Amino acid sequence: MFDKTLAELAQGLERGDFSSTELTQAYLQRINTLDSRYNSFITITEEQALAQAQAADEARATGNGGALCGLPIAHKDLFCTRGVRTSSASKMLDNFVSPYDATIVSRLKNAGTVTLGKLNMDEFAMGSSNESSFYGPARNPWNTDCVPGGSSGGSAAAVAARLTPAATGSDTGGSIRQPAALCGITGLKPTYGRVSRYGMIAFASSLDQAGPMAQTAEDCGMILNAMAGFDPMDSTSAERDMEDYTAELNQPLAGLKIGLPKEYFSAALDAGVAEQVRNAVAEFEKLGATVKEVSLPNTELCIPAYYILAPAEASSNLSRFDGVRYGYRCDNPVDLEDLYKRSRGEGFGAEVKRRIMIGTYALSAGYYDAYYNKAQQIRRMIQQDFVNVLNDVDVIMGPTTPQPAFKLGEKSSDPVSMYMEDIFTLSLNLAGLPGISVPCGQTNGLPVGLQIIGNYFAESKLLNVAHQFQQATDWHKQIPAGAEV
Amino acid sequence: MSLDRSDVEQIAHLARLQIDAADVDSYGDSLNSILNLVDQMQATNTEGVEPLAHPLDAVQRLRADEVTEPDQREALLSVAPATEEGLFLVPKVIE
Repeated sequence: MFDKTLAELAQGLERGDFSSTELTQAYLQRINTLDSRYNSFITITEEQALAQAQAADEARATGNGGALCGLPIAHKDLFCTRGVRTSSASKMLDNFVSPYDATIVSRLKNAGTVTLGKLNMDEFAMGSSNESSFYGPARNPWNTDCVPGGSSGGSAAAVAARLTPAATGSDTGGSIRQPAALCGITGLKPTYGRVSRYGMIAFASSLDQAGPMAQTAEDCGMILNAMAGFDPMDSTSAERDMEDYTAELNQPLAGLKIGLPKEYFSAALDAGVAEQVRNAVAEFEKLGATVKEVSLPNTELCIPAYYILAPAEASSNLSRFDGVRYGYRCDNPVDLEDLYKRSRGEGFGAEVKRRIMIGTYALSAGYYDAYYNKAQQIRRMIQQDFVNVLNDVDVIMGPTTPQPAFKLGEKSSDPVSMYMEDIFTLSLNLAGLPGISVPCGQTNGLPVGLQIIGNYFAESKLLNVAHQFQQATDWHKQIPAGAEV
Repeated sequence: MSLDRSDVEQIAHLARLQIDAADVDSYGDSLNSILNLVDQMQATNTEGVEPLAHPLDAVQRLRADEVTEPDQREALLSVAPATEEGLFLVPKVIE
């Protein structure tokens, strides 16, 4: 059953082929057998999962189960889960048992999903390789010497290894799409504000957005149906009507206008990745789409702008970790300043400290205009580039990442080379646009991701485009060696 | 421009981060390489461009001034490192 998609598992539950309890036991068993290889889970919530599964079986028996009732999922460990450790993969929160549920956690619970556990990630979601986790790196199921990407690396690895049929992730600069690409799964970053941020441990509040990660676009739509929607507890939640993200999946693509940004196919792009992405675009042409070259002239500026704005917001958000109200506290502080400094110095890892310091510097007196204000102006220019292009085409396509998965340790000593990994994904967070990564091929045995970018709140269109591609191809069905089902 | 040792120490102080003396230089090196990267922005003419703080240019939503939060004092204090009589404990601040 582990090769089945969420939609297929839902049919199996509906037909009574298996119960949620049987399904949950099978996945828990598989996690316990295989995850020592991938390190994708930080916490396994076996007892709670079995109780939720039993409740789901009872609900289905009385005809009260919705589409997701009884289906197992797992949460990235920055979504607060009541009564369960929520660590953000940091020593700072290793002892933190959340007193409340994030909005998306309670919504998915109310939809009847079963939570298998909490997934590995880069510390406080800062990273593109999962190597900054306090719990050690998750590994790429396609090659365990390679990173799974980040920051939602555990989510991507667990879905790719079929340890869970679906997972939640969060995306501040590519943290859903990049690991989805590197692990050969489907991951959607919705429009900024579409999914509530309440109870999601904050990194950069004007960029953070939660989304689904699964084998297929159809599965992502099913989960987004439960995750999305206005939340009064999130001050930047979008006030829009709910929609059914699976309703348009089967629309034909004839006449779809695709834009290919010339800046995304530069010399820096890995040749194998470029070839697979071009093959995917040709597949869309077969499905009736038309393709034209477009330009996003400020693409390269997204990295410098992001690496001011995100650290600036992070330095402010992470000031809450002070050793007083929750989380790690140093031993025997001599005074309040010592308590703050040592709790934070000992509780945060190196990359988190680097970003806090960059942000503190960029926001400090005398540098604000040169860095923060300048970056926000560039942010507007990047947004305008997208607005111009999306007036002309329905979707933009390109590679999700400049290269396939890289080796553990290859970039971890050089933050700047790691940051370049996000060149195609960061700009969507700056602009607030939705994007989806779908598996579109392999190079040297490693998956390649195609990124599809749409207009504000065009998640249904993105899922439709991705789903039609997945009806015509089977890259999303490939399972890594060692994780055979 | 480039950050020296005392700049790094000052930034760490502002951010209330204890950095081991032995690590100051390596933090300085990585901060400088990040600042070199972000300095690419300076070559771009942004005159007259309105800074973008929120991707949808939304403004802060207001609500009626009514009590909506239930009392969760015990639950919230239960995750604190040190408490006494319903209060967070910190080292003595006033002699």
